[in-house]
Amino acid sequence: MTSRTLDEREPRLIAFRNQINHWDVKLSPYLYISPFFILFAITGLFPLLYTAYVSLHKWSIIGGQGDFIGFDNFAFILGNGDFWVALRNTFSIFLLSAVPQIILAILIAAALDANLKAKTFWRMGVLLPYVVTPVAISIVFSVMFADKTGIVNTFLMNLGLDPVGWHSEPLPAHFAIALMVNFRWTGYTALIFLAAMQAIPRDYYEAAMIDGAGPVRRFFSITIPQLRPTMIFVVVTSTIGGLQIFDEPRLYDTFGRGGADGQWMTLTLFIYKLGWTDQNFGRASAVAWLLFLIIIAFAALNLILTRAIASSSTKSIKNAGKKKVSA
Amino acid sequence: MRISRRKTAAAIGAATAFALVATGCQSTESAGEGDWTKDEITLTVATFNNFGYSDELLAGFTEKYPNITIEHNIAATSNEARTNYFTKLGAGSGLADVEAVEVDWFPELMQYSDKLTDLTSDSVEGRWLDWKTQAATDADGRLIAYGTDIGPEAVCYRSDLFAAAGLPTDREEVATLLEGDWDHYFSVGEDFVANSDAAWFDSAGATYQGMVNQITNAYEEEDGTIIATENDEVKGIYDDVLEASTDLSAHLGQWSDDWNAGIASGAFATMLCPGWMLGVISGNAPDVTTWDVANVFPNGGGNWGGSYLTVPAQGAHPEAAKALADWLTAPEQQITAFVEAGTFPSQVAAYESADLTDFSNEYFNNAPVGAIFTDRAKAVNPVPPFKGPNYFKVQDALSNALTRVDVDGTDDPATSWDKFVADVEALG
Repeated sequence: MTSRTLDEREPRLIAFRNQINHWDVKLSPYLYISPFFILFAITGLFPLLYTAYVSLHKWSIIGGQGDFIGFDNFAFILGNGDFWVALRNTFSIFLLSAVPQIILAILIAAALDANLKAKTFWRMGVLLPYVVTPVAISIVFSVMFADKTGIVNTFLMNLGLDPVGWHSEPLPAHFAIALMVNFRWTGYTALIFLAAMQAIPRDYYEAAMIDGAGPVRRFFSITIPQLRPTMIFVVVTSTIGGLQIFDEPRLYDTFGRGGADGQWMTLTLFIYKLGWTDQNFGRASAVAWLLFLIIIAFAALNLILTRAIASSSTKSIKNAGKKKVSA
Repeated sequence: MRISRRKTAAAIGAATAFALVATGCQSTESAGEGDWTKDEITLTVATFNNFGYSDELLAGFTEKYPNITIEHNIAATSNEARTNYFTKLGAGSGLADVEAVEVDWFPELMQYSDKLTDLTSDSVEGRWLDWKTQAATDADGRLIAYGTDIGPEAVCYRSDLFAAAGLPTDREEVATLLEGDWDHYFSVGEDFVANSDAAWFDSAGATYQGMVNQITNAYEEEDGTIIATENDEVKGIYDDVLEASTDLSAHLGQWSDDWNAGIASGAFATMLCPGWMLGVISGNAPDVTTWDVANVFPNGGGNWGGSYLTVPAQGAHPEAAKALADWLTAPEQQITAFVEAGTFPSQVAAYESADLTDFSNEYFNNAPVGAIFTDRAKAVNPVPPFKGPNYFKVQDALSNALTRVDVDGTDDPATSWDKFVADVEALG
């Protein structure tokens, strides 16, 4: 009887060990990446869903949950002029900051990519503004751009020009805020571009030089096309950051409400006003969700663009690989 | 400046001496309650603008209780302090042990009085003006806040600008000149601007504050109904002040960088001056020697602002915090704060004290500000205007409406009023 059971047990044990090995291979990878997803579920997914839950209720900052009111909060927000003003401001500031920033960053990166002495010094130098806190930058800029006594308007008036209403007109306010963003982020973006530029195979440039292409031609025909995947990355991250811009507009004046007429009230400031000044978390959550949907829409758009561009750039990357092998 | 500091130090010395005597009685009372007088405790105090709670003043308390360390956080505006207060009150943690509250949003906080420590105590019986205490007592009869200052208003003026425009510069003569209603104040302003490059007052918003604080029920009925958009009195002063502002305002948004600079540069000749504004002026224009105070206010007396100290129930050291709030709002400390920042005491005993009544402010050309503001406080209507839970939000919307016309120039009075009406309706 014992011998029989041993006979039977032996193959079962092996089978069990196999089973464990099998599980190990199949499940371990998921186990290893699970901490991220568990953390994300707690700090990302839960707040997201809870915000959706709050947005369907009357919800006061102190009193807490009130009645379920369906999509009333969303209806109120979409029917409220302030939301559309905030949306306009957010996109205006985003475009005014992202576009010049990327162009400038590429130019700086190209300059840094040249043969410079003390390379590290120059590279760290462009990162300096990034070290300064946004709060300090905002305070300095809001004093510089003060409407009547600011150094910028004083300078303009000395040139015989009309002073600009930096705090009273929307577009100048957006420009000043975009300038703060650019001051802080251009160096950082430039370093990302620099890293991408240094990954471009040098033989491209050599070949182009032999063919007689000048520096401008080389820049536009080699550097820029090769940077496209990086550019997509920068655009995606700056879209997400730009649509959530808060510190700079909040600190642009003493009150931090985005101006008496909402001249520079962005979506996040609008959320802040609804949630903390008006103490209505239901409405604030509704705007938060609308902002989330807008960002998702933009991310999707970017994804489509990336795919389109990636398919055209894979060819050149493959060619590059072949060239290296043959060389 | 240096001398006023020395005076401060002297006043603190006196206050500390008094406090030491007071402790003698107090410690026997509170002996059984706990050992906060012995444990190592860090107390946080949160105020805004300038309460006059200098480090030297606070040191008076820590000298009494060496086991206690005080951290003082100052918010730039009352708006900021309000947001911070309600956020953390809702979250249930994060508030300072002693939190300052401004009268305009105090009624809003009153709705949640159960989240605040009951501060009723024998030691503060009869300390304040009756209406100040009444406003801090909730429906259950708990005293939830200790009054700090009140904001009786005078008029501050630049004597150099007055002289250049041919107006009298002596503060008594200026008081006579400005005696009258708001129309009179504006018409003197018309005379002034005809002979000067400077403006008459700083902003429509600040001037409006002086006017609205003279209306009994500006924005709400006693039952909480919002009447702001239909109230003819409110619409009346809104139109008046904006009409006057066209010629008379310096168009500087209150608390903006331009406004701060304007106080120093002589952009305007007068501003409405609650006691606490003295500290704001001397702080923004330390080198100007021609700011002065006249014992007068358009259309009788007025009160603008004034604050309380509360002890949120969420704090870890309610007993120690209560003792600190008690000590800070005692007449002696409040007089010291007045000397420092012009925050006029709400404590009855202070008005009898020669430290207050004889105090003259060197910065304001030795104006007898103690006597002037005691006078101004008497001129205030003893029945304060009604401010309900929505007062602050409506006032905020209205000051935006004034700023749109007066400072930004993005709207005319009519369109800006329409936006204000929409804002108030959206409060819901």
